[in-house]
Amino acid sequence: MSGKNKLGRVLADNAVVILFILLSVIAIPFSGFSVQNILQEMFTRLGRNSFLVLALLLPIYAGMGLNFGMTLGAMAGQIGLIMAIDWGIAGWRGLVFAALVGTPLSILLGWICGAVMNRAKGREMVTGYILAFFMNGVYMFLVLFTMGAVIPVRSATILLTRGYGIRNTLNLDLVRASLDKLLMLRIGPFFIPVATYLVIAVLCVFIVWFKKTKLGQDMRAVGHDLVVADSAGIPVERTRIIAVVISTVLACYGQIIFLQNMGNMATYNAHDQTGFFAVAAILVGGASVKKASLLNAFLGIFLLHLMFYVSPRAGQNLFGSAMIGEYFRQFVGYGVIALSLVLYAWKTRRDAVFAREVLKNNGSSGHSDAAKEGAAK
Amino acid sequence: MGQDSPLLSIQHVSKDFYGNVVLQDVSFDIKPGEIIGLVGENGAGKTTLMRILFGMPVITETGGYQGKIVFDGHETNFSSPFDALDAGIGMVHQEFSLISGFTTTENILLNNESMKPNFLNEVFGDRMSFLDRSDMKQRAVKAIQKLGVKLNPDMLISEMPIGHRQFTEIAREINREKIKLLVLDEPTAVLTESEAEVLLTSLRNLAAKGISIIFISHRLQEVLSVADTIVVLRDGKAVKNLPSKECSIRDIASWMVGRSMTSESDAEVANRKLADEYFRVEHLWVDMPGETVKDVNFTVNKGEIFGIGGLAGQGKLGISNGIMGLYPGGGKVIFDGKEAPLNDPRKVLEIGFAFVSEDRRGVGLLLDESLEWNIAFTSMQIKNSHLKKMLKLVKIRDDASMRKLTEEYIKLLDIKCTGPSQKAKELSGGNQQKICLAKAFAMKPSILFVSEPTRGIDVGAKKLVLDTLIRYNREYGTTIVIVSSELEELRSLCDRIAIIDEGSVAGILEPTAPLEEFGMLMSGAFESNKEASHA
Amino acid sequence: MLKVKEFIRDFGWPRLIIFFFLVFMFIAAPFVGVRLDASFSDVLNRFGMNAIMVLAMVPMVQSGCGLNFGLPLGIISGLLGATISIQLGVTGFGGFLIAVFIALFFASILGWLYGLLLNKVKGEEMTIAMYVGFASVMFMSIMWLVLPYNSPNMVWGYAGKGLRTTITVEGYWLRVLNNFLAIKFGEFFVIPTGLLLFVALCVLIVYVFMRTKTGTAMTAVGSNPDFARASGVSVDRMRAISVMLSTMLGAVGIIVYEQSFGFIQLYTGPLYMAFPAVAAILIGGASVNKASMLNVLVGTFLFQGLLTMTPSVINSLLQNDMSEVIRIVVSNGMILYALTRKTKVSK
Repeated sequence: MSGKNKLGRVLADNAVVILFILLSVIAIPFSGFSVQNILQEMFTRLGRNSFLVLALLLPIYAGMGLNFGMTLGAMAGQIGLIMAIDWGIAGWRGLVFAALVGTPLSILLGWICGAVMNRAKGREMVTGYILAFFMNGVYMFLVLFTMGAVIPVRSATILLTRGYGIRNTLNLDLVRASLDKLLMLRIGPFFIPVATYLVIAVLCVFIVWFKKTKLGQDMRAVGHDLVVADSAGIPVERTRIIAVVISTVLACYGQIIFLQNMGNMATYNAHDQTGFFAVAAILVGGASVKKASLLNAFLGIFLLHLMFYVSPRAGQNLFGSAMIGEYFRQFVGYGVIALSLVLYAWKTRRDAVFAREVLKNNGSSGHSDAAKEGAAK
Repeated sequence: MGQDSPLLSIQHVSKDFYGNVVLQDVSFDIKPGEIIGLVGENGAGKTTLMRILFGMPVITETGGYQGKIVFDGHETNFSSPFDALDAGIGMVHQEFSLISGFTTTENILLNNESMKPNFLNEVFGDRMSFLDRSDMKQRAVKAIQKLGVKLNPDMLISEMPIGHRQFTEIAREINREKIKLLVLDEPTAVLTESEAEVLLTSLRNLAAKGISIIFISHRLQEVLSVADTIVVLRDGKAVKNLPSKECSIRDIASWMVGRSMTSESDAEVANRKLADEYFRVEHLWVDMPGETVKDVNFTVNKGEIFGIGGLAGQGKLGISNGIMGLYPGGGKVIFDGKEAPLNDPRKVLEIGFAFVSEDRRGVGLLLDESLEWNIAFTSMQIKNSHLKKMLKLVKIRDDASMRKLTEEYIKLLDIKCTGPSQKAKELSGGNQQKICLAKAFAMKPSILFVSEPTRGIDVGAKKLVLDTLIRYNREYGTTIVIVSSELEELRSLCDRIAIIDEGSVAGILEPTAPLEEFGMLMSGAFESNKEASHA
Repeated sequence: MLKVKEFIRDFGWPRLIIFFFLVFMFIAAPFVGVRLDASFSDVLNRFGMNAIMVLAMVPMVQSGCGLNFGLPLGIISGLLGATISIQLGVTGFGGFLIAVFIALFFASILGWLYGLLLNKVKGEEMTIAMYVGFASVMFMSIMWLVLPYNSPNMVWGYAGKGLRTTITVEGYWLRVLNNFLAIKFGEFFVIPTGLLLFVALCVLIVYVFMRTKTGTAMTAVGSNPDFARASGVSVDRMRAISVMLSTMLGAVGIIVYEQSFGFIQLYTGPLYMAFPAVAAILIGGASVNKASMLNVLVGTFLFQGLLTMTPSVINSLLQNDMSEVIRIVVSNGMILYALTRKTKVSK
């Protein structure tokens, strides 16, 4: 393979990362933000979003693509938070309570999601996406119509004035930033939410450790080749379900961490964009449908949120309209997902052709040489 | 080898699929450390026998089998291949069953990894144990050494040469502690000669360590050189079972194909006068996975029925698929004095080629559409037939004419169906094949390529399909090139038969040529002669 | 009894439930004070508004490209046509036709390119289609702000540039189809004859197209691409044509929708418009790889019937606004059902 070809391959394989770095480099000066400001914002956002993005990793290992069904976990987390607020449990205890309520819910939802995806092998992503929409309906029914009517709610302040159903915006003052503030460290001009970072670190350790277990190895095998794994006796469907369940539970915790940082919650919309942001982040970090690492996740969060933070202001300063920046960042978000998927699909086909070439050249080469000679004549 | 009791004893095994007998009273024994060479034509029953041995679900689903299999002193009745594995029987398939993104070690120990328990096992079970990578590597290296080959335990499968992949597969089977019997199905098919030689040596090593081996291969030289005993299957019967020292390649070849011939068809076929050359193939190569064609040359005369035979995987199917432009290929195809384009299915259909694919359900039919569609579609697309003007503006499908055409062929070929609008998937295999023929006939082809016309259809339908082909040839003078694994079929039908081996023509014979000649060509036994004469 | 079981299996229980639910609502309507004639009239109108966008699913499903989640691409073309037509200031039926022609022009180009893209990513079409659709909607949102439109009816008053979020078509071509030969029965029941005729025309065109040589080839490609290739049909070309056709239908569909609705919704408006259309055709009995005109008509009628009747009937029945929940659960449940159903492609 020639050097030029190789360079082209490297560029193509990292096209998304390179594109994003370029965009950010261009946009930062126009935004007018100071470096200090941007860095502080990045520290905050890293703490806010990392957990959610990391939740995507296991299904990717298991070959199920980007788990758009993680939204289900986010909904479970929100129900947990609603309960915590209703019971008036403040501070970090409220978060733990929310997680305790959310865990069984998200295990159940994850199991459903995994089972549904097992019935739609080869199109898990679109199925997960639609499943999230579907469950959104169920969530609305639960929160808007049964809470306060069937499910008892103690504090009337979180209910709509009609007497049942949770308000559109839920004030999370009770638990606001309770994890972030648990151990806030001040380094120079920066505030670092150490406790949040510790939780994320624990998750990273868990993921690294999980990959070393038998189950993690099975998951990799299933992800690489479903048929071979099955013929080797690995319980394929069960392994896939476990991957989705863990992902859903992590998404539940991730959403709780996300919302405690935000401080309030749009009851019926907070989960809408969860999957989108997480998926866009990990793809921007250079992950693909089949391959992702911790580095991809963190690099992606940094790049995506840098872009999201600076582009409205840059748009304002460049074109005199904040909306342009707003639309632009959404365009980039959706575009990045589309681009990564296209590049990946295209790459799979290219590799398949490449693999066949290798096979051909490898297999009893003497004859194929003769054939080529013959063709040349 | 002495008087050891046999490790595996197959006793009077018979099997039929819905009345279609594929195995009939097959018996043989394998002693510990013995290598058995199992040979036979395609369809002789090798695959079915192995499926029975491994307890594949397909066997029980189709009514089980008669007879007895005794392994290691116990009568076995495995309900799944995993049971067979647990009992100590390993199988290496023709297709690789490896994960290409995993290393050699990971593949050898796939789902059989060494584990270190930890506290989480109490709660979540064994799957939460850590992998013991260093122990895994040791075990892998041990298996590789046992095999007597050189393999890098840390290399990814995707970066390995093909031969090493094959060794990895075998290493995986022998890594299991209990392994006593190893079945290898065409293990040398994808290997180069030197790789194959290494493999045979390592198989002898394994046998010396007491592991019994069933070696299935069409390369008779290899079988003879490695096996202690040869078992020849033909038409579901074990026709020969004797020490390899006592037979030659020529013997085995004739046992494999030898069966009584009906002489009448010969006479009819032999004395035909044929016109001049009509179709020529020069240095054709085709990249069809599993059926690679490397360098094929032959000519066909006008009005001839030309047969192409050979064993599976040797490239005979690639020839017709390549000529029809369905797989990438190169070389020269000359038809009626003009060069025909390759790699363009539409062009060759336009100049009068037609094709009946061996993959009936995959390529030959629109299973979810009506018979009308199936028969008329190609002709509509290529010849603009079965279209009518609507309001003098657009041409649309002429359903009435499609129906008429279909009804014609239903009558002509005696297709059993409820009517022209029945879905193709609801027909039996034989009738589906007739639909494929009708589709080709509707093109009014100058030359017709037929691949495996009788694969998977019952005896009665077979005869009908073959008769139809002969009739079509005799009535319209259509040149037919027929590719088939069934030598008998070719001999009853064709004017000349080319045998393909390793992607090129091993020889072209008259249908009346002695059977062992065919057998020799198929088994690659002439290769050494050829090479000798070159030198 | 066996026959009934088989029918239910083939038709699918979700569709039956939806059907009976709709029947139930029509029966219940008079009892809760909902006027049947007004409801019917409403259903008919909404049927006409949406049918062409549902029709836009057919070519892509038939050629094996799956459900057209990329419909927003067609809608964008339609929006371009509509806004340019208004910018030109042509009113009445002429304005509508100009909008359609401009839209078709853009849709054919975008559709062809989109088809080429989908050919590169066989097997992943649906997810990619969805995100290509989203991204193009966002891209156009920027364009709506910067393109040099200046019709005072469309741009923001204070800035004098940038299109408004919703633009009224009143005074241009509001209800030109609806009012054409409209038949009124009493106060509440109107048959939008022109609209229904236009829908019928579009359905007829697609119906005839699917019966031409190209249309037949397209269906064969969807049914078995290998068969089609062996018959000399270019699979990629047929798929690209089907995507182009779907996109063009989507473009016409949105203009028909707008002339009845009265407004052009720009910016993020088209983002989720593919989903109701996808749900409708599935409710009509289509699967991920087979769809017919009948599926379109039945599906649009059932789905729009559901959308019309649930808010009025359920809300007056239960005294709450549960209809939104029902809409979400039904439409997405239907798509989910189709995606997870073991596809009956026999191999």
